[in-house]
Amino acid sequence: MIEAPADELEAAEGVRAANAPFDICGAGTRNFGRLGLAAMRLSTSRLTGIVFHEPAEMVVRARAGTPISEVEAALAAHNQMLPFEPMDPRVLFGTQGEPTVGGLVATALAGPRRLSAGAVRDNVLGVRLVNGRGEIVSAGGRVTKNVTGLDLVKITCGALGTLGLITEATFKLAPKPRAEATVVIRRLDDAQGVAAMTRALGSSYGVSGAALIHAGMGREFGRTLLRVEGFEDSVSYRAERLIALLADFGAKHALTGEDSNKMWRAIRDCAFLAEPRERAVWRASLKASDAPAALAALGARARASLLDHGGGTLWFSTDPTAGAAETARAALARFSGHAELIRAPADLRAQIDVFAPLSPALAKLTRGVKQSLDPRGLFNPGRMYADI
Amino acid sequence: MSQIAFPAPDPTILARADAIRAALMGLLPQECVVIDEAGRRAFETDALTAYRRMPLAVVLPRTTQEVAVALRFCREQGVAIVPRGAGTSLAGGAVPQEDAIVVGLSKMNRILELNYADRYARVEAGCTNLSISEGAASGGFFYAPDPSSQLACTIGGNIAMNSGGAHCLKYGVTSNHLLGVRLVTFEGEIVDFGGPALDPEGLDFLGLICGAEGQLGIVTEAYVRILPLPEGARPVLFGFDSAEDASRCVAAIIGAGIVPVAMEYMDKLAIEITENFAHAGYPLDVEAMLIVECEGSATEIEAELKRILDIAHAHGVRVVRESQTALEAAQIWKGRKSAFGATGRIADYICMDGTVPTSQLPEALRRVAAICAAEGLKVANVFHAGDGNMHPLILYNINDPEQQEKAERAGMAVLAMSVELGGCLTGEHGVGLEKRDLMTKQYSASELAQQKAVRAVFDPDGRFNPAKVFPLEAA
Repeated sequence: MIEAPADELEAAEGVRAANAPFDICGAGTRNFGRLGLAAMRLSTSRLTGIVFHEPAEMVVRARAGTPISEVEAALAAHNQMLPFEPMDPRVLFGTQGEPTVGGLVATALAGPRRLSAGAVRDNVLGVRLVNGRGEIVSAGGRVTKNVTGLDLVKITCGALGTLGLITEATFKLAPKPRAEATVVIRRLDDAQGVAAMTRALGSSYGVSGAALIHAGMGREFGRTLLRVEGFEDSVSYRAERLIALLADFGAKHALTGEDSNKMWRAIRDCAFLAEPRERAVWRASLKASDAPAALAALGARARASLLDHGGGTLWFSTDPTAGAAETARAALARFSGHAELIRAPADLRAQIDVFAPLSPALAKLTRGVKQSLDPRGLFNPGRMYADI
Repeated sequence: MSQIAFPAPDPTILARADAIRAALMGLLPQECVVIDEAGRRAFETDALTAYRRMPLAVVLPRTTQEVAVALRFCREQGVAIVPRGAGTSLAGGAVPQEDAIVVGLSKMNRILELNYADRYARVEAGCTNLSISEGAASGGFFYAPDPSSQLACTIGGNIAMNSGGAHCLKYGVTSNHLLGVRLVTFEGEIVDFGGPALDPEGLDFLGLICGAEGQLGIVTEAYVRILPLPEGARPVLFGFDSAEDASRCVAAIIGAGIVPVAMEYMDKLAIEITENFAHAGYPLDVEAMLIVECEGSATEIEAELKRILDIAHAHGVRVVRESQTALEAAQIWKGRKSAFGATGRIADYICMDGTVPTSQLPEALRRVAAICAAEGLKVANVFHAGDGNMHPLILYNINDPEQQEKAERAGMAVLAMSVELGGCLTGEHGVGLEKRDLMTKQYSASELAQQKAVRAVFDPDGRFNPAKVFPLEAA
């Protein structure tokens, strides 16, 4: 077993030669998923570098071990960016090092702009993987419109490396907005806050961020935030219109420039829930209209919480115990959607399901897809589900 | 004469044809089963009309339960299933075969829920694409992906092919707007994937199902995102003296950080054909035309258009025609969306769908012209320039076997070129029957085997839409 293959061919060879399961490691900045249990590891640390960046095509391809900061710097030189606003996982996970492209695709955690720009999977045009037979599989490509054959790109995103070793990923890009503005409304309760966000998101003003930060997280009052981005003239026009649209909720002013930007970085990174470090942090995906009732159902058990994506994503923290996890899951059970344990101490991640348990039909398909790509069960055993 | 081979029908199924038809009649209400020859003939092809086969029978279920009944029956009988929406596939995705039962979703065409607060619609798979936007319009919303066939094509077909449209430069394709599906499996089991929440749980099966060309099961219902209608939108026509100038203008607009809602390209022949049909006010004296659409408030549109105009002038634009009224704007789009239909009035055509990296567009246009000229055929180019998704319409006479062969040969060469230039065989129409045998140009044997292994998880016997997508010899 080659622990850190120098290139894709060596990685494929290593997988073919492997006789025991292994954990795939990037920079180790996202301790997400169930606890890695394999005795061996395979590192992407030498699979680095941007393969190409074509500004006029708005596309970049990079190898799995490439630091995201390197990709973002190359894009910034052409006023471009990854559209989905990837989080800096070091803030929430309290880790060191440079988060990598492979980890980004494998965990697929998109930031606030997911609302308007789509999730990670919506912006990954292609991946190259080594499957469990040690074959190099190219899926998708470099063009935005591609329906050729069965799409193995999206199912790779967010699979936590359980389906194969990602060696390269190609991303669709977006122009960096020239300007941004954030309308801030203070002291709305959950129902009012969601109502304000829903009204804004139902407008034609192209809202690219909609979040609600509870009281006690940075301020003694709650804040509802709505962001617009684009060319300067358009941003100031739309911010004004949003303030008028939300006047009855108390919308009065908008933050701009760095004042706006730093709010969204904190939301993106879930910085408000980073401390205390020992708390378990969850992310639930819901219907926005259910968010106030879901928060009420969680009650005092979820001490700190943050609504992103207009209420469609609920971040909260609980005590790091199996009992608290079960109580939180039970409280959310009656709502459409699901909750994932994003950050927790190792013992809890070894003990409980990180993802909501699957129905028998979905479990069977999940097992089948895993088997079809990784018949010997080599990659990240048990990382997503205990027995898969 | 036809170059695309069909597998020989299973003689054991054909021998039992009458018994199978009779059993179907007993299983489902009479109005849901078509067994007479005249009735079945309506389902023998789709928009790839050069290929047709009479199906064994057609079922038109009214509910998911009835789909499940039909699929359980097909499994017991070992019969293949060809799912069908409106039959508008240009790739032969819904062309049946003699030993297969067509499962048509046309009776399942209700919008079940329009939720403006959570911005989704729950619809039956047989809903037409346009009906979702029409249904949501009163709430100020629309469904974004807009294939040219949107008046007829169904959301179920859109999901099967992961359809795009003119406006996906800004809004994305079907998979970017799909929140959930209800799928009936080969065992007749009903499984829900995703739902009204923002993200589905676990592995991204929605991403697998969308674009699987009906080979993983039959989608009967879907949750799709709906978006607020823009304040306004305005298309502008730009005429150029060369394809090269137009292509470079497209790259420069994107390079400047501007992403218009749509950037559509038409060449001289396409302009002539469509203008004669739609009278959209297209300039007839240019070599290439772009339709660029901007969205927003009146002042936002002005500002964006000014930026685009500056770039267009730097690239030698000769004619600029701004739509002044909503009617003029509608005419411009009517022309573009009727381009295929208008072409069909003057000749038979095959429509290619390869995508190339936008930087390769000038080279791709040169090669398309050369390939078609070498076969002595005319070609009209109409395509989504912003994303490099080309649609050369190769004109021929369907009643002339030699011409058909030439047209198909040219088409295949064009697609092989798309892959060679770094693109793909199909951007939004799907592989279907038409491009099945070209898949080896884009994928290695192990890549195709991997795709098929994943497909087999859902359909171990390969009975859903057989003889499509994957080359026969490897099937």
